[in-house]
Amino acid sequence: MLNKDQAADIFKKLKSYSSADEIEVIFYGGKTALTRFANNIIHQNVAEENYGVSLRTVFNGRTARATTNKLDDESLRRVVAASESLAKVQHPDPELLPVADKSVRATRTLPSRHFAQTAALTPEDRAEGVKKIVGVAEKHKLTTAGVFSCGETIEGIFNSRGLAQWHAQTSSEISITMLADKSSGWQKANSPNVAHLDAECLAEIAASKAIQSAAPRELPAGKYTVILEPAAVLDMAGFMFWDFAGLAILDQRSFLTNRVGTKLFGDNINIWDDAAHPLQSGSPYDGEGVPRERLQLVENGVIKRLVYARATAEKMRKSEHKDQVGPVEATGHGFPLPNEVGEAPMNIVFGAPAKENEKTVDQMVASTERGVLVTRLWYIREVDPYEKILTGMTRDGTFYVEDGKVKHGILNFRFNESLIHMFSNVEEMGAPVRASGEESFDMVVPAMKVKDFNFTEVTKF
Amino acid sequence: MKEIASWALNTAALRGASYADARIVDDRSRALSTKNGKVGGASDAESLGIGIRVIADGAWGFAATENLSRAAVEATAARAIEIAKASARVKQENVRLAPEKPATAEWKSQCGIDPFSISVEQNLELLLKIDAELRSVAGVTLAETNMNLRREEQWFFSSEGANIHQTKYVTGAGYCAYAFAGNEIQKRSYPNSFGGQWQNKGYELIEELKLLENARRIGEEVVALLKADQCPAGTFDIILDSSQLGLQIHESVGHPIELDRVLGMEANFAGTSFLTLEKLRALRYGTELVNVVADARDEHGPGLGTFGYDDEGVAAQCTPIITNGLFTGYLSSRETAHTISLNRSGGTLRSESWNRLPIIRMTNISILPGEKPLTLEQLIASTDNGILMQTNRSWSIDDKRYNFQFGTELGWEIKNGKRVRMLKNPSYSGITTDFWNSMDAICSRDEWTLWGTPNCGKGQPQQVMGTGHGASPARFRNIKVGSAYKGT
Repeated sequence: MLNKDQAADIFKKLKSYSSADEIEVIFYGGKTALTRFANNIIHQNVAEENYGVSLRTVFNGRTARATTNKLDDESLRRVVAASESLAKVQHPDPELLPVADKSVRATRTLPSRHFAQTAALTPEDRAEGVKKIVGVAEKHKLTTAGVFSCGETIEGIFNSRGLAQWHAQTSSEISITMLADKSSGWQKANSPNVAHLDAECLAEIAASKAIQSAAPRELPAGKYTVILEPAAVLDMAGFMFWDFAGLAILDQRSFLTNRVGTKLFGDNINIWDDAAHPLQSGSPYDGEGVPRERLQLVENGVIKRLVYARATAEKMRKSEHKDQVGPVEATGHGFPLPNEVGEAPMNIVFGAPAKENEKTVDQMVASTERGVLVTRLWYIREVDPYEKILTGMTRDGTFYVEDGKVKHGILNFRFNESLIHMFSNVEEMGAPVRASGEESFDMVVPAMKVKDFNFTEVTKF
Repeated sequence: MKEIASWALNTAALRGASYADARIVDDRSRALSTKNGKVGGASDAESLGIGIRVIADGAWGFAATENLSRAAVEATAARAIEIAKASARVKQENVRLAPEKPATAEWKSQCGIDPFSISVEQNLELLLKIDAELRSVAGVTLAETNMNLRREEQWFFSSEGANIHQTKYVTGAGYCAYAFAGNEIQKRSYPNSFGGQWQNKGYELIEELKLLENARRIGEEVVALLKADQCPAGTFDIILDSSQLGLQIHESVGHPIELDRVLGMEANFAGTSFLTLEKLRALRYGTELVNVVADARDEHGPGLGTFGYDDEGVAAQCTPIITNGLFTGYLSSRETAHTISLNRSGGTLRSESWNRLPIIRMTNISILPGEKPLTLEQLIASTDNGILMQTNRSWSIDDKRYNFQFGTELGWEIKNGKRVRMLKNPSYSGITTDFWNSMDAICSRDEWTLWGTPNCGKGQPQQVMGTGHGASPARFRNIKVGSAYKGT
């Protein structure tokens, strides 16, 4: 693994090769491996090791980036030349800020996200995990497909004003689909610590969903009370956090334009961005090295805060929106410069309901007279950017609920649903958990019971 | 490069590989963009490394490294063997590869003008001019432009003796304008969404696209959309422009014909397919007018799915996918060919770069143009009551590729053969085979464009691949319109 001392040496070389006013260097890479299975066998099995540097040079209001995965002297000189030549030909931008200062605020201490057991996982260990999953499938006469992956990665950022941030972590993930003749079930979990993943338990849940939804029946499209498991909530919610960028407001492409400070969701919706949350993952600083602040984005349904890269905060302070968007400061959510989108909160943590109101999925089912239980959603896309209407499909375990009981599997639905409407209609929710889907970045989200969820069509399976 | 690959292949053989291949890829790219009159992004990137794929104990292993020293390459080959042996612990049968005569070949994509030979100043000047033209229209609240240039050089060697060197240039460019007012955000893109048009070409593509010439129209259209009527809901005849039809092909033909999906190999992520094996040469996919090919050959044009050889050394081919409406072919690889009784792979195994395992990917999945001369304007003139839909805005399809819903940026109501009013927020939905069986007209060659889709995601770890889709505008009868806004 590339370590911080080696990175510091590379940074020194890059600095000595450059004639720029300022430089900023991002280090990335690591070792990753993924074992993929389908039809009850391992059919793809891969590993990769790759490290690189991404250099940004600054000349009097002009900046550009160049990236290479070659760390020899010749390649480092080449990446300096590439970045400088791209930067020098631009017109100066008077709004371009100097690279970040190391004294903006203290970097928050994270819970450990590097685990030796995860880093030491071998192909044999992953094969053993897959064997257990296949064993569950065979026991239930099902076919399984999925992944068991792991990795050990670094990310660092150094700049010529003395900033030097470094983060190393491990990751592991298991995703399982169980297939029956006309139904399927799914589960997915990930953690920096592989000891937190229970392959057999996930396989049994996925299998039970496939078995329970065998011989699915068709329900008519329409508005239903839905119980969305955490992965389904996550994949919907993920579409709105890009709109919490200050720059998205300035660009007038956010659904929060003219809505910050207003009550957009139900009283029971509270959302934070918190990189140091024990169930979160990733580094405690942003693409410029600015430490990430803990922020409450939504309080009792009211849009409270936006996030800002340094430059966006400067622009917002000078804009017509400045008095309507809450506190304006660099919050540590910027992406590496130069970029067009500015920033976004990527460590989302939903607030838990009061303990006495917290419901399990089973309790939500029990309180539902007529509804639909959704395991997972698929191929979600934005239909309307300001009303935040999303379309997508249910997948891998969709059930009809009647009189407080899961009755049977149903054919999958297409939905067209506004996120504003959805988060205004949450009747019950569970304890937030770390969830992982396929459409969005991982978050800490609860299961939710939502009334009047808008299913518009039914597919054939 | 041959020597580096030999370190990998020799190590694999010594450690028990029954088959091995090594791909070295040297990738160089440049991305330029502007936003509201300023440079939004300017970046160069290069990536070089080797991916080693082996079969040992009858199972697959793959390992990749950016370190091309002898020690690192040999260690990576040994790691691939270790991984293959672990794979063999959960297998049922040995991997079988369809035979392929090892090729020694050199291939280059079209490139009239090396895109990296054009100065960055010239590129940015063009983008900033377009940006200014878009914003010269009152009501445009955001303008964005982009230009992407790539050169990928690949060396492929196999234990069977293949030695293939390919160089590919990819150029892409486009722009979009947004208008925000009241409770509405509208967007128009040119020449397509997804960053514009992309092809395996050099800088000549930029010159062909007439980017600046169309900017004012795009700005005017996005502002006009704010005042346009909402697209009605109901059942209509619809005409799709060629770029939207290209995406319709991608989602409702291209993905379901991927044989790995059909065989369940993508069940956990990308999904499976309704096109189960018994449907080959039995399913009526569309009307007699529907003729679709998967064509990776140079003669099909410089699409993002054009190459000399795929990433396991199989020469580019043209496979008839839908022939006069009948389903006639899948996308296959050396490993999967036998499942449909083929003696040879269809040559569609492709990888994002050196660090990814090649998997079945679309090549150029194109609908052939109508044989009778028919322009878009003639097609409109022959339509009594319909909606013309242009430029994709949203797209979604289920994981077996049956039920789809698409939205487009712009619609035109057609009455008695004439465009009578602009419509905003058009959308349509349906079931794949019902949809293709409703196509009753397709424009001829003059209206046919080979579009590039640069962002097709598939595989775990996910790989992003460029695919090509040739299409000309076509008409579909009695299609459900407007579900996207129903009940919202």
